[in-house]
Amino acid sequence: MNWIQQPWPWYVAGPLIALVMILLLMLDKKMGMSSNLRTLCAICGAGKTTSFFRFNWKAQRWNLVVALGMILGGFIGGNLLSEDPTVHIASNAITEDLKEMGFSDVGNAYAPDKLYADNVFNDPIMLLILVVGGLLVGFGARYAGGCTSGHAISGLSDLQLPSLIAVIGFFIGGLLMVHFIFPLIF
Amino acid sequence: MRTVIYLGVGILFGIVLFKSEAASWFRIYEMFQFGSFHMYGIIGSAVVIGSVFIQFAKKGKITSFSGNKINMVPKERGFYRYLLGGIIFGLGWALAGACPGPLFVLAGAGYLPIVIVIIASILGTFLYGLLKDKLPH
Repeated sequence: MNWIQQPWPWYVAGPLIALVMILLLMLDKKMGMSSNLRTLCAICGAGKTTSFFRFNWKAQRWNLVVALGMILGGFIGGNLLSEDPTVHIASNAITEDLKEMGFSDVGNAYAPDKLYADNVFNDPIMLLILVVGGLLVGFGARYAGGCTSGHAISGLSDLQLPSLIAVIGFFIGGLLMVHFIFPLIF
Repeated sequence: MRTVIYLGVGILFGIVLFKSEAASWFRIYEMFQFGSFHMYGIIGSAVVIGSVFIQFAKKGKITSFSGNKINMVPKERGFYRYLLGGIIFGLGWALAGACPGPLFVLAGAGYLPIVIVIIASILGTFLYGLLKDKLPH
């Protein structure tokens, strides 16, 4: 059972993610995690402001239950199924780049302390980075009509051209961020 | 009963995203540096298997558990919303190191600052709702 405690290789994870998508289709639903953000807006009363949030969110409760399961899955994966959750980056060049940018815990952590340790609550700049990151993710996902699960996995599996355009967009944005904006902010 | 099944599917998805390190900021950075095949292998193999299933489903050879036809709703036609929205999403994915699925996973794994990203992503969704009619789609 030792392999469970190790990081799972792509050829285990990819097929299991396909299984998740297939199970949801078999349950007459479709995979899409960012839809939950819209549902949460609606629950918080955003429908009073804009018609975009005036929909029957109760029909989306199943997806909130999936999200709740993901929180539990994160707890199980992080605390019960990982003796040592450290992420090992194979490339020395990338490791050195990250250290130079101040991510000194690369190779010793799952998420960088610089952004995800509790002391960021005392660091206004890192807090701002997390806020901007979240705003972009939420805004962009809804503008594009889906995120990694809805477009990159589900949409590409259905050979949807809009999803291909969106995924190309994801990569343009991600490449711009790490190659041009990271050197300015880290 | 169905609720328990959805919860189980979510738990499976959450465990897979954590254990495959797809929820790790470092892996996302590495992906955008083309430093490893790992993330491409995950997405690529999921898409290959998923598309085989969907092809069979579309030919009506597979029906859902309740006996219905498996319905793939085609995405609306458009260009700007997918490209521009995609770029904005990609900027955030690389910066926060997490897309919407991993937001929930990291919260469960106990990384408290992810709550800031989750709240901001809900606000970002709200902002889109406000500006929707002014944006090119």
